Amino acid sequence: MIRVFLVDDHHFFLSGLRAELGAEFEIVGEAGEVDAAVDGIRRTRPDVVLLDVHLPGGGGRAVLEAVRQTDQEIRFLALSVSDAAEDVIGVIRAGARGYVTKTISPPDLAAAIRRVQGGDAVFSPRLAGFVLDAFHGDLTGVADPELDQLTAREREVLRHIARGFTYKEVARRLHLSVKTVETHVSSVLRKLQLSSRHELTRWASDRRLV
Amino acid sequence: MPPWPRGTITRPTEASPTATQVPQRPASSAAIVRSRTNRVLLGVAGGLGERLGVDPALVRVAFAVLALAGGAGVILYLLAWAFSVEPDTEGAVGRPVRRPSPRQALALGMVVLGTLLLLRELGLWFGDQIVWPIALAAAGSAVIWARGDDRARWLPGNPIEALFTGRVGLIRILVGGLLVFSGLGLGFANTGANLAAAGDALLGVAVTLIGLGLIFGPWATRLANQLAEERRGRIRSEARAEMAAHLHDSVLHTLALIQRADASPEVLGLARRQERELRAWLYRVPVPPEGRLRPAVEAIASRVEQRHDVPVDIVVVGDAPLDDAGRALVDACQEAAFNAARHSGAPLVSVYVEVEPDELTGFVRDEGKGFDPDQVPTDRRGIADSIRGRIRRHGGSVTIVSSPGEGTEVQLRLPRSQQ
Repeated sequence: MIRVFLVDDHHFFLSGLRAELGAEFEIVGEAGEVDAAVDGIRRTRPDVVLLDVHLPGGGGRAVLEAVRQTDQEIRFLALSVSDAAEDVIGVIRAGARGYVTKTISPPDLAAAIRRVQGGDAVFSPRLAGFVLDAFHGDLTGVADPELDQLTAREREVLRHIARGFTYKEVARRLHLSVKTVETHVSSVLRKLQLSSRHELTRWASDRRLV
Repeated sequence: MPPWPRGTITRPTEASPTATQVPQRPASSAAIVRSRTNRVLLGVAGGLGERLGVDPALVRVAFAVLALAGGAGVILYLLAWAFSVEPDTEGAVGRPVRRPSPRQALALGMVVLGTLLLLRELGLWFGDQIVWPIALAAAGSAVIWARGDDRARWLPGNPIEALFTGRVGLIRILVGGLLVFSGLGLGFANTGANLAAAGDALLGVAVTLIGLGLIFGPWATRLANQLAEERRGRIRSEARAEMAAHLHDSVLHTLALIQRADASPEVLGLARRQERELRAWLYRVPVPPEGRLRPAVEAIASRVEQRHDVPVDIVVVGDAPLDDAGRALVDACQEAAFNAARHSGAPLVSVYVEVEPDELTGFVRDEGKGFDPDQVPTDRRGIADSIRGRIRRHGGSVTIVSSPGEGTEVQLRLPRSQQ
């Protein structure tokens, strides 16, 4: 059973998550603020942390940054009511392997947790759109062409995700295996996390008003 | 922390330049409306200045100088106050505001000079040694600090820097400074003999201080006013950010919770709409970008949801001015989304629009029941044709991919018009 740790400062939301996920996953702990979350995660060493982006005491990013200094193998899925680009890009660049909004349906959330646990990335249509937008435009001043631009294939995969297709549908439409689609998405995630493309940060803060 | 809206600092409305072309008398008998935004004592000088087309600073100087003529300025000020009304009372609406012009300022100066001479003839006079130097010094200060036409552009700054950057003209500084110090010098010469016992050095210091006060004083008060205004603006935007934080943490979460629960479709639709509206308010762009493609596409969601209670997911990549091709794309996407919401039975419609260097692409997709394109029901064909017609008129193409049980995707491509 996949071991999941919940971080959210809204008690109603936490109890809702617990009820939804309890049958399928082992909920090893939960926390409502940054310090307690970092302690709890280090102690229980879950497979996946479900992380609220807005938390008292520094936000989800602070939890990510603290935990990833000591435990690289714990995987994070960010969860938020906000769709703001700055938040989304911020937690992904801090090390989260995916981002979903809190209105996601319970089965989709369960699927996203399993995907993140398996080492893959979870891209919602909106996140895919953000990435396409951020890597859009001319490439002058690009420092590292390998990291700072998307391949034509990756772009095509992201476009399909942004159009609302599941990984399986994307694979079928592009005549690829699901594994290949997952590889492309993971590679995009890596670029998103490591690229020093300065437009990325500027773009995200320009788009902070969604 | 959530992303707060950038602080917007609202400035008090400046005298509107558009209202100045045709000065009309207000219907009311009250000729002067005291100024609300530009007041030192009672707003009389501000209101009079706006009425006459003279910088209020000059009007204040005129009153001050006339006050020396046996207190005539004080009496005139009180009379003007008695015959003026407070803003926002009857007759204050739509009052004409004249833009300050050099000619009006000169006219005022002449009137003041004439009045001074008249009063001197009448004997209402403190004496030449006092009145003329002070009038001269006051005029110099006014020359430097009258804002005239650059009033709207005026920014607070170091006066020395202002001198070099040309925000206050070099000639103005020179002429004004000369007038200030010659006025003071004249006063010094006139009274110096009498006050020699008090110590020349002390008097010299006093004269210099008064001169500096006349030159830099108005700048300092203006700076203080602007700082106070900025502080008020900051407090307003902080209060807004705090409220946004609270709403974000409480109400948005509640609406998200409702959408996850097994609520009835009406409640779900309501929660979704409220969430969208609240989000739009929280992250409101200070100046709504008009005539852009992105907001036009994003507006489709609320229209479809309002009419059919089906949520619409919208993703836009890139942005462009909303030209004819863009408008055709938005309309076609909206029709396709309406169509999907009405006929497909899918719980969600996805709209994706991308701005590419040479074309606009749009995809409207649902995972509904789909249909066989060869056996399209007539009502759907009509809509498909109208989408086709719209896009083809702009040189674009439409592909509809659908099969029973597989959902539908409408794909739109439009060449971008060259700018």
